[in-house]
Amino acid sequence: MGNVNFQNCHRFLVAAVLTFLSPAALMANVSGSDYPMRKVADVFAPLSLPAEMIMSTAMVVLWITLGIFIVVTTLLVYIVIRYRQRPSDDGSEPPQVYGSTNIELAWTVIPILITVVLILVTSRTIGEIQNKALSGNALQIRLVGHQWWWEVNYPGLGIITANEIHVPMSDRDPAKSRPTHIELQSADVIHSFWVPQLAGKTDLVPNRTNKTWIEPFETGVYFGNCAEYCGTQHANMLLRVIVHTPEDFDRWVAAQKAPIPAPATPAEIEGERLFYATSCINCHKVGDSIAQGIFGPDLSKLMLRQTIGAGVAPLDDKHLWAWVKDPQELKVGCLMPDMQLLDAEVDSIVAYLKTLK
Amino acid sequence: MKPVATETPAVEEDYEFPAPQKVGHERGSLTRIIQELVFTVDHKKLGLMYIGAGLIFFVVAGLMATMIRAQLFFPDNTFLAPDVFNRFFTMHGTAMVFLVGMPIIFGFANYLVPLMIGARDMAFPRLNAFGFWAFLFSGLLLYFSYLGGPGLYAAGSAPDVGWFAYSPLTAKAFSRGTSTDYWTLSLLLGGIASISTALNIIVTIVCYRCKGMTLGRMPLFVWLYLVVGFLVIIAVPPLTACQIMLMLDRYLGAAFFDTQAGGSAVLWQHFFWIFGHPEVYILILPGFAIASEVIPVFSRKPIFGYPIMVAATVMIAFLSLGVWAHHMFTVGMTSLGNTFFAISTMLIAIPTGIKIFNWLGTMYGGKIRFELPMMFCIGFLFQFLIAGLTGVILAVAPFTWQLSDSYFVVAHFHYVLIGGLLYTVFAGIYYWYPKALGKMPNKRLGLLHFWLFTIGFHLTFAPQHVSGLLGMPRRIFTYEAGRGWEIWNQLSTIGVLIQIPGILFFVINLLYSYWKGKPAGDDPWDAWTLEWATTSPPADYNFATLPEVKSRRPLWDLKHPDDPDWKYE
Repeated sequence: MGNVNFQNCHRFLVAAVLTFLSPAALMANVSGSDYPMRKVADVFAPLSLPAEMIMSTAMVVLWITLGIFIVVTTLLVYIVIRYRQRPSDDGSEPPQVYGSTNIELAWTVIPILITVVLILVTSRTIGEIQNKALSGNALQIRLVGHQWWWEVNYPGLGIITANEIHVPMSDRDPAKSRPTHIELQSADVIHSFWVPQLAGKTDLVPNRTNKTWIEPFETGVYFGNCAEYCGTQHANMLLRVIVHTPEDFDRWVAAQKAPIPAPATPAEIEGERLFYATSCINCHKVGDSIAQGIFGPDLSKLMLRQTIGAGVAPLDDKHLWAWVKDPQELKVGCLMPDMQLLDAEVDSIVAYLKTLK
Repeated sequence: MKPVATETPAVEEDYEFPAPQKVGHERGSLTRIIQELVFTVDHKKLGLMYIGAGLIFFVVAGLMATMIRAQLFFPDNTFLAPDVFNRFFTMHGTAMVFLVGMPIIFGFANYLVPLMIGARDMAFPRLNAFGFWAFLFSGLLLYFSYLGGPGLYAAGSAPDVGWFAYSPLTAKAFSRGTSTDYWTLSLLLGGIASISTALNIIVTIVCYRCKGMTLGRMPLFVWLYLVVGFLVIIAVPPLTACQIMLMLDRYLGAAFFDTQAGGSAVLWQHFFWIFGHPEVYILILPGFAIASEVIPVFSRKPIFGYPIMVAATVMIAFLSLGVWAHHMFTVGMTSLGNTFFAISTMLIAIPTGIKIFNWLGTMYGGKIRFELPMMFCIGFLFQFLIAGLTGVILAVAPFTWQLSDSYFVVAHFHYVLIGGLLYTVFAGIYYWYPKALGKMPNKRLGLLHFWLFTIGFHLTFAPQHVSGLLGMPRRIFTYEAGRGWEIWNQLSTIGVLIQIPGILFFVINLLYSYWKGKPAGDDPWDAWTLEWATTSPPADYNFATLPEVKSRRPLWDLKHPDDPDWKYE
């Protein structure tokens, strides 16, 4: 990740020199690539309220089970060593003991008591997380799973994007908190939303709307995976959640809602023509243009994203070109076909796609 | 035409009846052996065939797992294509449950239940043979999908929907070709085999016990298999039903699970896990059964608390029918539903804990002999303790919102099925090998098997707990570098490389001891149950005269006429 750090340094310097007058600096912040990359999705490093609640319950359970493990293992080791048959053994049989009601009662009642404790802890946490009252100022998101990418809708804001969820940071002060509520749906098979540092997983089930919520307290780019096997490219159905400061989040919203600049250079104009003519528009949507497809990701603000192919590659010139040339090379089995484009056509389409910001 | 002889030879007092012909164990030509195996209805031969076929499928499915581990050794590895990987884990899981676990546990039941209750055979010998052949062909059908999967026009491919085949991934729209149909038909056939064998076990135990063997005097092994039999006939029909529903969906336009036509994806999960969770206990209870025979004999003490062991078994079976939705904590059940299934799952810890403590109680105060079966049972106790505790952890629904479908779950159920079941299966094979084949297994090879496999097993599966806690989902064919998963996956793959020679020594031992092993004698372990009262290997009719028992340990009574068990029971 040295590469990314270098880029971050570089961007920071540029931003410092040009302050916020430079649109380039603004863009970098909007995509969220300045934030810490939280690639190691450690369940025990939660940075969001529901994940923290899960972890505090988990710790109770882990300590109890660790205690049981130590006691029983010690007992096992002791018995195996103490009661091994010794070389000096005379071959006689040990005393034949058939059982003991008192002892058996003891090791029935003690586990029952431990189980009762676990049941109480578990039941309380289930209710607290699942039945959390909807907060009025919460951000509403609808996440739709597709084979093998994520469609992200902001019904209140009129924004549609893909494979990354941008949310504002919340505050531990209840008066200033701003959680995010996520409705989960699926367009085809079952998928599962799992960003371990933010919340436990919830499935995206076709014909059903599930709900979950996150309330992150730190900015960052949080990594997650689809956690329910959903076919060939299940492994490359990656998800990023970008937690912004409230100001940056507003800036991101503004950038998403800003009009898409019209293609200017001949290559861009040719690319747009090819895009409209080569059945790209059957699946993809670009703003209010004639491209209104719904089967693939919305490309309106493509260049504000960090990755392509649901995280299969970073969004840079090289990979974008390779993806347009033949998506099956980068992500075999994905539902976008190889359009058999000539290299010159790919050049033009990439030039056009790079205007989508 | 010759006159028909009207005289029958008069039975004289000193007339010698011809000795019964031992057709089963003479060595003949290959065709003779094959004919014998195909036509036999003998419970002992069928039992060994079950175990043998299970071990062959075990090697095949194990090699598939090795391929999976090889692919995951490096991030962004391209050793296996995604679909090849997806077929491997689907076939690995399906085979290990239905073609390895089930036949091996039925093999032990077939071989041992009649011997332990003093019967001459299973109640329905021909149904028994039918069950074996139905199972074997269900396995061949499943593996044939590699050749015949999508139809003759394609190169062939195996199912790639995962071993629990969640709908709607199995619908026509998402699973084209016929590979899913091979999976469905194979499990249908396997289900019929399982139900017939389970019925046979129940009827044999209920009707064919020898004189004096009341229910309270049955070996625990037999008790546990009685419970397993009932679990099978309760749990397998829902699986068969949902396979038929899936076929109707795919070919006759039904819409049970087809969400695009208004069906329910979650309905499949309920059907599958109503089968799938009791299935876990169908597999592990026979492990308990073996441990409950081996541990007392090698500790030289009777099982501690026989009645409570039986009660705990029945309790586990009963509770296991009410916990299925703990596989579904993430599908969006209500908080009430989640709480119910979290509680019912935790309750299972109580009878399971009782069992572990009673085994420890059996060993306490004994004289533990470190023979191969006992070593595997001690390994079982340690590993099943870990598996049980991670099971309790997974019962905590909120924590499972993190752990479900992660590598933590993979680690958990491999600790159950390998650390628990497979270790007792090894214990059982080494324990009854002298009875079944008349030769002692080689201890040195067995020790190599034990230590290599134990080290390899822990090295493979312990790190998977960690990768799961670091957010690694199961069933991914690749992962990018820098997610913190590399080292844990590499340790895991190295563990497999240590397990493989362990298994190799096991196979070598089975073959070597058969040809070169020391003769075992009837009762090499100085054991107490009826199977050790007959010859090794037992004759086709098992016992020359049917025995009569007065206690749970009839051979103890014979060996200690001054201090028999029946005085204390």
